[in-house]
Amino acid sequence: MSTYKMFFAGSGGQGVLMMGQIICYAAMLEGKEVTFLPSYGPEMRGGTANCTVVVSDKPVSCPLIYEADIAVAMNLPSMDKFEPMVKKDGWLFYNKSLIDRAANRDDIQAVAVPVAERAAALGSDKVANMVMLGEVVRKTGIVSVESVFTVFEKVFSGRKAAFIPLNKQAFLGE
Amino acid sequence: MITDKVLMKGNEAFGEAAIRGGARFYFGYPITPQSEVPEYMSRELPKHGGVFIQAESELGAINMAYGAGAAGGNVFISSSSPGIALMQEGMSFLCSAEVPLLALNASRGGPGIGGIQPGQADYYQVTRGGGNGDYRIPVFAPSNIQEAVDLLYEGTEMAQKWRNPIMVLADGMIAQMMEPVRLPEFKPVLGPKEIAASRDWASTGYNDRGGVQNRRVVKSLRMQPEDLEKHCEYLFEKYARAEKELCRYETENLKGAEVVFVAFGTMARIAREAIEILAAQGIKAGLIRPISLWPFPNKAFDEIDFGTTKAVISAELSMGQMISDVQIAVRGRLPVYLAHRTGGMVPVSPEVAARAKAVLEGLK
Repeated sequence: MSTYKMFFAGSGGQGVLMMGQIICYAAMLEGKEVTFLPSYGPEMRGGTANCTVVVSDKPVSCPLIYEADIAVAMNLPSMDKFEPMVKKDGWLFYNKSLIDRAANRDDIQAVAVPVAERAAALGSDKVANMVMLGEVVRKTGIVSVESVFTVFEKVFSGRKAAFIPLNKQAFLGE
Repeated sequence: MITDKVLMKGNEAFGEAAIRGGARFYFGYPITPQSEVPEYMSRELPKHGGVFIQAESELGAINMAYGAGAAGGNVFISSSSPGIALMQEGMSFLCSAEVPLLALNASRGGPGIGGIQPGQADYYQVTRGGGNGDYRIPVFAPSNIQEAVDLLYEGTEMAQKWRNPIMVLADGMIAQMMEPVRLPEFKPVLGPKEIAASRDWASTGYNDRGGVQNRRVVKSLRMQPEDLEKHCEYLFEKYARAEKELCRYETENLKGAEVVFVAFGTMARIAREAIEILAAQGIKAGLIRPISLWPFPNKAFDEIDFGTTKAVISAELSMGQMISDVQIAVRGRLPVYLAHRTGGMVPVSPEVAARAKAVLEGLK
């Protein structure tokens, strides 16, 4: 691995910023250099929300990216916007529960994830983003599953610790 | 692997760094993209015995800062471009009265109320000043969160040493992004009696000075022109020393470079990536990154390889403001060009690389 550039995109409330932060946190624990850059402003209020994440073995020169090794689209406008920005042979993960089209490109690795159905099977629609994040991490190996679980322990502390098992289940696709 | 770094949002790291550096008074009014700074200070500063006040406006905030600073307190304020504009009158007063202050500007696009996305069009505002009279404010521009933390941590002591406002100029991108940072240790903070004893100019009150009658006056009014001229000359002797001691910059890749970028803050990171793109195309490019904007690092430009360099490009998130200082520093030795976006638009690195390539082509 040298440098991984990623987009996480969706609508406000789908947990896309959380996905990006967890990847960053996990990569930092693995000793990597990271940056996390959220979109901010009026577009976040119920509209589109996205963040860019860069994970690298060397200091990250620029947090702003124009092409991605991995793009995650949680809704159709995000897929329309970010699919063209995936590098050749890069990854596109999309939310099949909300997006009823396939990827337009055949020079990338597209993965359709039925996040809502899988989350519903676990009894909580709140873990849809963890279902998606698990797919991303297990398919690309950008960080280890153990590092993500270490992050869970830090992020879900106190009363929130009760949610760790459910998030782990969602993440592992069980 | 164990790391001693924490992943923090720029704004929160700024607040923590200011507290660890000794700031104990914060006055502010929320404005995007730095509203998390007052939010953080309201939550964290009281835990360290500090005072947080949400002022009624930026005018209120800067004048509260003037008062608390005149009384010997370590004051930190923050705002963003139009809010900093409202504080300019106060900045002039603080400089004249020699009141220390640590100020943060997380700048956004302008003019006017402008927009909320990152910008660097505050360059003139912060280096030339919007307040009246002969004064200067040292300004430092970090290009990542760790550097911002280190500058803000140092800032309170620096402001007290120079008895002048010190400004850190970040932008919306550095304020909003997250990066791992290593937080420094808490600096010891003086109590009221120690301040009265060690800051012999501060208007600390009779009781804290053990009942000794020695009147201390902090003021900016000097009615006699002879006095005022003498005061300005005194201030500028101080600024001349500051120009030598506070000048900071980094240079990269200047030896053998065909083209040299000059860029600060976020734009320096984009330029650094543009340099990699140009290298892949066989073009050697270098970078001068001013860290202090005032004093501007003129001497960095003497490190340019004049045997190989054909052009200097000032890369900015404005219509071209720093370029005036770049032209002064280059002293006509090379042509100076601009690479820019403005209004909150941020260029990606291929755009900046293409601009450099076009400049070099045009010179052939």
